[in-house]
Formats: sequence, structure tokens, C-alpha cells
Amino acid sequence: MDLYSILTAVLSATIIAGTPILYASLGELLTEKAGVLNLGVEGMMMIGAVAGFLVSFKTHDPWLGIIAAMLAGGCLSLVHALMSISLRVNQVVSGLALTILGTGLSAFMGKPMIGMQAPVTFNKISIPVLSKIPFIGSALFQNDILVYLSIILVLTFWFLIYKTKHGLRLRAVGENPAAADAVGVNVFAFRYLYVVIGGMLAGLGGAYLSLVYTSTWLENMTAGRGWIAVALVIFATWNPLRALLGAYIFGGVEASVFRLQALNIVRIPSFFLKMLPYILTVIVLYWATRETVRKRIGAPSALGLPYEREER
Amino acid sequence: MLSVFEKKNGILRFEKKLSISPLSYLIVLIISIILALAVGAIFIRINSFDPLEVYQFMFESSFGSAYGISETIVKSIPLMLSGLGVALAFRMLLWNIGAEGQIYMGACAATAIALYFPRLPSGIMIPAMLLAGFVGGAIWSLIPGIMRARAGVNEIITTLMLNYIAILWVNYLVFGPWSDPASFNQPITPKFPVSAMLPTLPGSRIHMGIFLGLVFAIVLYLVLTRTRWGYEIRVTGESESAAKYAGINIVRNIMLVMLVSGGLAGLAGMAEVAGVLGRLQQSISPGYGYTAILVAILGKLNPLAVVIVSFLFSSLLVGGYAAQTIGVPAAIVSMLQGAILFFVLAGEFIARFRLRYERRGN
Repeated sequence: MDLYSILTAVLSATIIAGTPILYASLGELLTEKAGVLNLGVEGMMMIGAVAGFLVSFKTHDPWLGIIAAMLAGGCLSLVHALMSISLRVNQVVSGLALTILGTGLSAFMGKPMIGMQAPVTFNKISIPVLSKIPFIGSALFQNDILVYLSIILVLTFWFLIYKTKHGLRLRAVGENPAAADAVGVNVFAFRYLYVVIGGMLAGLGGAYLSLVYTSTWLENMTAGRGWIAVALVIFATWNPLRALLGAYIFGGVEASVFRLQALNIVRIPSFFLKMLPYILTVIVLYWATRETVRKRIGAPSALGLPYEREER
Repeated sequence: MLSVFEKKNGILRFEKKLSISPLSYLIVLIISIILALAVGAIFIRINSFDPLEVYQFMFESSFGSAYGISETIVKSIPLMLSGLGVALAFRMLLWNIGAEGQIYMGACAATAIALYFPRLPSGIMIPAMLLAGFVGGAIWSLIPGIMRARAGVNEIITTLMLNYIAILWVNYLVFGPWSDPASFNQPITPKFPVSAMLPTLPGSRIHMGIFLGLVFAIVLYLVLTRTRWGYEIRVTGESESAAKYAGINIVRNIMLVMLVSGGLAGLAGMAEVAGVLGRLQQSISPGYGYTAILVAILGKLNPLAVVIVSFLFSSLLVGGYAAQTIGVPAAIVSMLQGAILFFVLAGEFIARFRLRYERRGN
């Protein structure tokens, strides 16, 4: 294989590898914008991966699989919403419980399907003209519909958050819920809505992993991607467009690691190559934290704090 | 905030207490376990097993025989040690969820002593391995500790990322440089010399690690309740601004607490390789470090309660292993664990409310 085709293959794999993290990251970003921290992303991705695989395996319809994954992720996040918004339980604890529950439940339900192949998948759709651009054309403009959907969602939510009245309210709920409440915004409804949307997107990301990326189900197959997605929200400084960039950086690392292993040109034990995404996450997090401190752009002020209405 | 129902002669209102008594917490815990088992039963049914039969089998495996009980104690040791570490960190609202990786690094450091100095007499070997185990785990938690203390980097994510790195590192060692030449490429190191093995209670697999766990539980309890450092940890956990105002050195305490927290998990790893396995191998922990988080939380971050809860969760682990032999996925354990935690969280909330009837005119 020549260098040119290797590079185009890596670029194309970057998009595929980045997409599950992008969905999960976008979901967590929206949840955090509303002031709720959900550390159950890993669990919700896992449950999405298994539900998506199970349903499309039984029905031979990948779309039903995607819907099932979103429902499963949404249901799980609803538990977190109930705990953190209504019962005002510590959000870190509730999120960790969600990850443990999701990991166990997915491994339990997925046991009979380990190693099986997804029977159906999504076809690649070439965008006319653009997909003919040399080098980047096939990688960027010849993808399955879920890749396009993820980019559309990023742009849509960016517009929603920063350019609409609804987005202004959402940000207010995350920054200063008491003030938002005072001007008549329903803080609880906003928080429930965005926690569930976050869960559905995490579930979708998980399903992309099991249905498209690997086309198979394996126990613990998310391998920390849910946590990387949480880290990316900080890297993204709570801006969807930067989440897109971050997800593809991680996709790129993952794709390169995979290629390097397959090519076997570098004599580094594969264990060290596999460490790279995790080491990168730590470094990126360190750097992003310093940047946010320096530029004074931080998390939504009310992130992680339950809102309690004062008695009037 | 308070739900109020107006009645003819008075008001029926919910009163919220700040905390619940140990007795009502125990009741919440028991009800939660029952509810979690009920929810688990649904999923066991979906997988076409008989839930009652599975539960009965699990219970008998962990409590029904002397062997079962001794296995439950053996598996409680790593849960206890790492659970104590997690509880200490959580007390200060330091979310160290990297106990799993710290267990692996502790085991790895202790193994290095056993492999490179096999001729040391037991009296030097065991203390050296204990120290190495502690240091191995402590280094692994100190990295995120320093990052958190100095630069405010979120320790939840860094401790978790280091789990994956530690497991891959141990994999590299047991597949590569430390692999036993006699094992035909199995991912295991050579067997430790006898001098590197923790003594066991005669006729059982229960090893000295249990005393380590119990002693550390008592020490930690005393430190938290009776010493100035323990007081500082508790104050910082309750209010960081109050701690700053009181002149407590938070930066130093974050690093110190993380160090001890990881060190305890490292000891758990040392105890596993030197007390149970007799060598380092690919998977030395079925997620003890993650279960330790639950143990710490359900033990309400109280070292003495952590001991009791670690027995409880260890029996669940032993039951889960047994369930595997009749074809039920072992993941039933983490599924039940997660469910128990949720029910306890919700139950605690409910238990804090009390209905009170107030007569008019008072």
C-alpha cells in the first residue's frame, strides 16, 4: 500500500471512529449546558450499543436498532434525571451508579450475542461532486447517513444554543437557575429535557459503535469512550463546534493506532499504542483546564448543583 | 419545597430531616437490596432463567458452606482495602474512581520485588512488597492528585483514564518481559517464591490481608474522628470555602489524601498477588476497584461500615461466580450492584421525610 492510499484510509477511518464519541460528547454537552452533570455516559453508550445491536439483529432493520438504542439511552438518563433533578442526589454518585448499572446490564443482555456479526448496516451515501475531490473527497463526503446526521446535529444545536431564545433560556438554566426561574423559565422541564436528549445521543453513539464501526457486540466495547466524551466537553469549552473538532482528533488517534498496529512497521508493543487515546485524554484535559482558567471561560456556573425552589 | 396538604383542622406536612439515623439507613439498605433483586429478576426472566433458583443458588454458594464463607472473606479483602481508600478520598469530595488501576499498579510493584529479589527472606520480603504495593498505588493516584491540586484538573476523568493505562501496562509485562518462559506464552509471570506469599489461616485461603484491612479500617476511623488531619479532611469535604477560611492547606491535603487513597488500593493489589494468586497475571481483578466505589458509598464513607459492606458485596461476587457455572452471565453482579445503589440513593431521600400533622391554632 502506498502512502497516499494509507492516508486517505486513515482519514476515512478518523471520521468513523470519531462519530460515536461525537454523539456522546454532544449529548453530554447539552446536559451540562442545562446545569446537570451526567457521568453515566459510558453506561448509556454501552446500553445503546447492546440495544441497537440486539434489535437490529432480531428485526434486520438498522433504523429500528437506532431507535431502540436512543430509547434505551434515554430511559437510563431518565433515572439520572429523577435522581439528580427531583431527588437532588449527588450528581457524581448518581452518574457513577448509572455507568455501573449500564455496564452490568449491557453485559448481561448481550451475553448471547458476543462475537456475532451485525446482519445489516447503513449504506454509504456519496455526495455528488464533493465526493470527487481528490484525497479528502471520499473520506469526508462518502459516508453513511449517521455521520452526516451527527454533523447536522452539531450545527443545529450550535445555532439553537447561541442564536435562539430557547438557547438563551437553556444557558440561563445552567448558569443561574434562580434567575431563569424568576423570569418564568421552567428550570425542571429544561433540565429533564436535556438530560434525556443527552442520554438518547449517548445511546445513538453506542449504537453507531456496535452497528457501523465494529459491526459486532463485545462486552465493555465502549472502552472508555464515554469518559473521553465527558473530557471532550471540557476541551470543547461547552461549544458544540469545538466538540466536533475534539471528537475527530480522537477519531484520528484511534484510526492511526489501528493502522500502525496492522502495518506493524513500528516496533512498539501494541499495548503502548493502545494507551495513546487515554494518555492523550489526560494531556488534553490538563491543557484545556489551564486554558479555561486562563481565558476565564468555565463550566456553566450551576453545573452539578441541584436547583431547589425557595419558598415564597 | 415542602409539600403541604391543607386539612380541616390542621396541616399535614412533610418535614425534611438533614440526615437519617443508622437504623433507618440499615432498613433502607435492606429494602433496596430486595428491590434490586426484584428488578434483577425481571432481566433474569428475560434471559429465560428462573430467578428464584438463581438467587437461591447464589446465596448457597456464598453462605451455604464453610468454603463459600471463606471465599466470601477472601474476596472481601481487596474490596475492603480499596474501599477504604475510596471512602477517604470521597470524604474530601475527591472523586478518586481509579482504584482499579491503583490495584493493578500496586500488584505490579509488589511483583517486581518478588521477581527481582527472589532470595529475600520472608521477614524482609513481605514488608518490602507491602511497601512497594502501597507506593505503586500511591504514585498512580498522586499523578491525578497533583494535577487536581495544582491546576484544578478534573480527577474523575484522569483517575479513570489511568485505569486503562495501568491495565495495559500490566498486560504488556505479563505478555512480554515478565512472562513465565515455562508457561507457553500464557499471560502470567513465574510463580512467586514461598517467602513472597502472605501466610494463610490453616485449612483455608483466607490470608493475612484480612488483618491489614481490619487494622486500616480502625486506624482510618480513628484518624478521621480523632485527629486534626481527619478534622481538616471532613471540613474540606463539607465546605471548601470554610476550610480555606480556617487556614487549612487544601493543596497539600488533596495530594496527601490521594496518595493514601491510592496506596490502600495498591495494598489491595499486593494482597491479591501475594495472598491469592501467587503471581501477576493478565486479569488480577474482576473490577474490585469499581465495586470499591459502591462499597465506599453504601458504607456512607465510614471506615467501619465499609468493612461490613465489603463482606456483603463480596458475597454477591462469590454468588455471581457460582451463577456463571449454571450459565447465568457474571454481569448479573454489576447489574445488581448498580440497582442497589440507585435504590439506596432514592431510599435515603425518602427516609429523610417525615409526615407531621399540625393542629390549627398552635
